[in-house]
Amino acid sequence: MKVVVDLAVCRDHGQCCIAAPEVFGQDSGGTLVVLVEEPDDSLRDKVEEAADVCPLQAITIED
Amino acid sequence: MTARIVVVGAGLGGLRAAEQLRAAGFAGEIVVVGDETHLPYNRPPLSKEGLAGDLSHETVAFRRKASVDDVTWRLGETVVSADLAGRTVTLADGSELAYDGLVATTGVSARRLPLDAPLEWRHVVRTLDDASRLRADLVPGCSVLVIGAGFIGCEVAATARILGCSVDVVDPLPVPLIRPLGVDLGVELQHRHEAQGVRFHLGPTIARLDGDETGPHQVTLDDGTEIAVDVVVEAVGSAPNVAWLAGNGLDLTDGVRCDEGLRPIGPDGPIASVVVVGDIARFPNVLFDEVPRRVEHWNIPTETAKRAARTLLQGIDESPADELPPFKPMPAFWSDQYEMRLQSFGLPGLGGDDIRLLEGDLSDEAVMGYHRDGVLVGVVMLGLTRRSVHYRDLIAAATPVD
Repeated sequence: MKVVVDLAVCRDHGQCCIAAPEVFGQDSGGTLVVLVEEPDDSLRDKVEEAADVCPLQAITIED
Repeated sequence: MTARIVVVGAGLGGLRAAEQLRAAGFAGEIVVVGDETHLPYNRPPLSKEGLAGDLSHETVAFRRKASVDDVTWRLGETVVSADLAGRTVTLADGSELAYDGLVATTGVSARRLPLDAPLEWRHVVRTLDDASRLRADLVPGCSVLVIGAGFIGCEVAATARILGCSVDVVDPLPVPLIRPLGVDLGVELQHRHEAQGVRFHLGPTIARLDGDETGPHQVTLDDGTEIAVDVVVEAVGSAPNVAWLAGNGLDLTDGVRCDEGLRPIGPDGPIASVVVVGDIARFPNVLFDEVPRRVEHWNIPTETAKRAARTLLQGIDESPADELPPFKPMPAFWSDQYEMRLQSFGLPGLGGDDIRLLEGDLSDEAVMGYHRDGVLVGVVMLGLTRRSVHYRDLIAAATPVD
């Protein structure tokens, strides 16, 4: 599973960081950081939730 | 025979319901009926960046998971009634659709004021088609009157200013956004709008709206103020679309009264073959208390769909009756106005009597905390996005655990 964030669309809402903190984080200025680009499949539910709750729908999951 | 689940409503709630039914293992037939002609799309941009840019279905459509590729979408069709005992819904053309399980997720409609002026003169912003019509009228230099200083009204006012329109906002309440945010934050937002050139008329109501076949020309407020207008936008709240569920003994006083599992409560208790998702669901949330509430926040369709899909499949014997954990979704919403980002977690409206500045400075970036009985029940953040996780966790932790 590969996580792709369209950074041109992302507005740093941080909802993904709440849904999947193992995969998404924010730097000290609040800007999104993808911590793990190819997370383990055990995190699939959380990553899917992160994609669902993104207000800008900027997250895609590539298998 | 294969079971059939009918989903009434093809917005975010309908999409997430279909996806979550598949995720929970349902392999039967799913039919989604929606009265709009569009596949599910994202509504928040319709009053924000979408309204300022090139608005089309393509720019706001939701991606659909591959798991719902075999769902039947019956778009542009309206369900007019339901027989929950007989397990059928009736469409506007008189045809019936039988189901084993039903998901009710018909959302809300824009409320209208009882003004003596044609509806065609008054835009609302709820659907993509509404927003497209408004977008076409927001030409630079035109005069826009926004009725209602809530979130939609303030967002439309900001967008219209960005597009170069002249903007007046009228609301009978003394401060914009006073009910959801309180006085201090509302006043700060008012000042920021005024700095961008928006004129507020707070206190008066609309006395009359005059115009001709080309549209509205002048609004008169009940304090005698006359304002020239080219475009009028009504942003005065919403009403749940639940009339189609009448006649089944449900409590439809404000949306659909549900239990914790999102099952509507009928005369004999919760109805196992029906669930309610999204804006119309009035459900208790143990994060706060036992009181059932409707929550029109963006994340609620997704959260309720996840829970409701599991409840429904148990109710129609399509999955084992395992005990489900307590349902306690954290409400969350945001609002973009100019370069400002407002973000909220919890239910600030419950803590309106005890509002405190938790961090920062209202004239810059700040976090306001809303308390009930000394417990933090909601926050609204003006900027400071990086603090979201911290404050969300504080609300969750301050809650007495069951």
